[in-house]
Amino acid sequence: MYDAPHTTERNVTKQDIKISARNVQVYYGDTHAIKDVDVEIEAQTVTAFIGPSGCGKSTFLRCLNRMNDTIDIARVEGEILLDGEDIYDKRVDPVQLRARVGMVFQKPNPFPKSIYDNIAYGPRIHGLARNKSDLDDIVEKALRRGALWNEVKDRLQAPGTGLSGGQQQRLCIARAIATEPEVLLMDEPCSALDPIATGQVEELIDELRQDYSVVIVTHSMQQAARVSQKTAFFHLGNLVEFGETSKIFTNPDDSRTESYITGRIG
Amino acid sequence: MTDASMPSGGKAAPRKSLMIEDARTKRRNAAEKRFQAYGLAAIAVGVFFLVVLLWSILASGLGAFQQTFIETPIYLDEAKVDKKGNRNPEEMSKTTTFGYAPLIQTALWEQVQAAGIETPFTKSKEMKALLSDSAAAQVRDYVLSHPEQVGETVTFRILAASRVDGYLKGRVVREDLARDKSIDAEHLDVVDRLVDAGVIRKQFNLDFIVGADASEKRPEQAGLGVAMLGSFYMMLVVLVLALPIGVAASIYLEEFAPQNKVTDFIEVNISNLAAVPSIVFGILGLAAFIQFAHLPMSAPLVGGLVLTLMTLPTIIISTRASLKSVPPSIRDAALGVGASKMQSVFHHVLPLAMPGILTGTIIGLAQALGETAPLLLIGMVGYVATNYPDGLVSGFMAPNSAMPAQIFEWAKRADPAYYERAWGGIIVLLVFLLTMNIIAIILRRRFERRW
Repeated sequence: MYDAPHTTERNVTKQDIKISARNVQVYYGDTHAIKDVDVEIEAQTVTAFIGPSGCGKSTFLRCLNRMNDTIDIARVEGEILLDGEDIYDKRVDPVQLRARVGMVFQKPNPFPKSIYDNIAYGPRIHGLARNKSDLDDIVEKALRRGALWNEVKDRLQAPGTGLSGGQQQRLCIARAIATEPEVLLMDEPCSALDPIATGQVEELIDELRQDYSVVIVTHSMQQAARVSQKTAFFHLGNLVEFGETSKIFTNPDDSRTESYITGRIG
Repeated sequence: MTDASMPSGGKAAPRKSLMIEDARTKRRNAAEKRFQAYGLAAIAVGVFFLVVLLWSILASGLGAFQQTFIETPIYLDEAKVDKKGNRNPEEMSKTTTFGYAPLIQTALWEQVQAAGIETPFTKSKEMKALLSDSAAAQVRDYVLSHPEQVGETVTFRILAASRVDGYLKGRVVREDLARDKSIDAEHLDVVDRLVDAGVIRKQFNLDFIVGADASEKRPEQAGLGVAMLGSFYMMLVVLVLALPIGVAASIYLEEFAPQNKVTDFIEVNISNLAAVPSIVFGILGLAAFIQFAHLPMSAPLVGGLVLTLMTLPTIIISTRASLKSVPPSIRDAALGVGASKMQSVFHHVLPLAMPGILTGTIIGLAQALGETAPLLLIGMVGYVATNYPDGLVSGFMAPNSAMPAQIFEWAKRADPAYYERAWGGIIVLLVFLLTMNIIAIILRRRFERRW
C-alpha cells in the first residue's frame, strides 16, 4: 500500500509516510482554530501532539478521521492525505475512513453492553467475521492486543461499564483495534487514569507501534517523551515545531517550544 | 470594606467561641429553617387536597359500583308473550316491552302479598314505581333468546327504580318526598319491608363497568363499557400514529437536522404546540378531519386523530429530552469505530433513550385518555353510545363516546343518580390512568436494568 514515492523521497527517517497534512486550516464558525498546519505521520511510529490547553491539538487530531464532520460549524481546509488519497475528497465516505483510522477518546467510553459486544461491534458492522467462531477469534485477538484478555476472559458477557477506569480505556483501545485500522488516534487517553493504569496503557501503546501508526494527544510531556518517537508542538493553533522526540525535548529550535517544555508557558 | 473584617483602633474584636452562634449565622440558620417550613407547608397543602380529592371521589363514586336489585320469580305467561303459541321468535318479537311490564309488576305484587306486607295498594300496577323501566326489556330479551322457557317461572334479578336505589343508598330521603313525583312514602314503606324480606338488596353492579349508556330517565341502567371501548379504539389510533411519528420526528430533529433558522423555528413551534389549549386541537380536528376530509362525526378514528395531534408535542419533547440525555461520548465511540450516523443512533443512542421515550409516550397517552374538550367539538359526547360496536371497523368508525366525555355527559344530566355515576366513572378513569403510570414505571425499570 505504501506506494507514494514522491512523499517518501522527502522523508527524513526510514519509515513510510502514512498521513500527510498540508496547509490545514480549521475554522469553528468565525474562529480560526488551526492555522497552516503541515504534519507527516509515519507508519509504525508513535507521534505525540503536545501543547497548552486550547492550542488545537485535539481539533487537529479529530481532522485526521473526520470526526469534526459531526460538528456543524467546523470547517476544514487544506489537504490531508492517507496513503496519498485526500480524505476530504467528496467521494470519501467518512464511515469507511474511520474504519481505517480508529480513535480512542479522552474519557473511557465503552458501550453499555457486554465486553464481548463492545469489541465485536466494529467487526460486525464492517462484516469482518464470517461466522461466530471468526468473531470469537477477532474478539480474543483484540483483547489480547489490548492487554486485557487475561483480566476479562472469564467474564466476556459482563457489562463493559463495570470495569475499572484503566480496564475500560484498554477495552476502548481493544475495540478500536478490533476493526483492523491502520492508524490509531488517541485523544489524551490517560488523562482520566491513575498512574498504574497509565503505565499499562503506555506500555500497550509502545507494543501497538509494531503494527500501527499511533497519534497521541497528551498534556503530559513526560508521557510524550516516554512513548513517542516524533513530537509536534502546537501553540495557539499553529504547529510550532515538529521533529524527533529526543530533539524536541533536549534541543528545540523554537524558543516557544523550549518555554513550554521547561514550564514557562502553558 | 467592612468593620468585621478589619478590626481597627484599640477595640480589637475578641476571638469568639465556636460554641456560641453569632448573629449572622443565626440569621442564616433562621432563613434556612423558614425556607424548609415553607416547603413543608406547600407539600402539606398539596397532600391535604389530594386526600380530600381522593376521599370525596371515593365517597361519592363508590356507590355507583353497587346497584339495588329486585329478585323475583316471574311467570312467563304464554298468553302474554307468545300469543300464537308457536314459539316463533319473529312472531314473539311483536310483543313489545309494554306487554311484558304487567308480568313483572304482577310477579312483584304477588311477592309482596306472599310476604304478608300490609299496603294501601290494591293493584299490581302500583308496583311500577319500584321497578326500573329497563326491567321489561331485560325480561323480553331473555324470553326471545330462550323461547323454550315460556310457560315456566324463572327467577330474575331485575334493576330497581333509581329512586329505590337512591333510598337504599341514602340519596333519597323521606323529608324530600313532597317534591318528588316519582315515588311516595307508601312505596318506600313497601321497599323497607321487601328489604327485610331479602327481595330487594344492593349488589355489585358489573353493568356499570361494562354496560352501555342509558337514557336520561333510567340512570340505574347506565354503564361506562361502550365509552370505554371508544376510548380504547382512540388510544389504539394515538399509539399507532403518535409513537412512530413522534419518535421519528425527534430523532431527525435531535440527531440529523442541521442547526439553522428553519429547525429553530420548528423547535419553538413544537414547544408552543404543547401549550396550546386542547379545544383548539378540537377545532382543528373538526375543520381538517370532518369538514375537509369528510370522516364520520363522533367516530373514535377522528377522536384518535385529534388526540394524536395533541399528544405529538408531548412525545416529541420527552423523546428529544431523553435523546439529549444520552452522553455524546457514546455517539463518538460508535462513530469512532466506523459506525454510520444511523447505526450509532439505532444501535446505541435509541436503546439508551428507550426508557425516557416509553415514559413520555405513556404519559402522553394518559393525557389523551383524560382529554374531553376536543371530543366535544367532534361530537363524541351526548347520547351516542347505546350499542357495542360490532367488529373492528365499526369500532373505529361508528359513533361512540369516550370515558371522560361520558363522565362529562353524566355530570350534565339532571337526575342526581347520574351525579353518583359521574363520580364512579371518574374512579374507573383514575384506575386506568394509575395502571398506565404503573406500566410506565415498570417499563422504565425494566429497560434501565440493562445497565
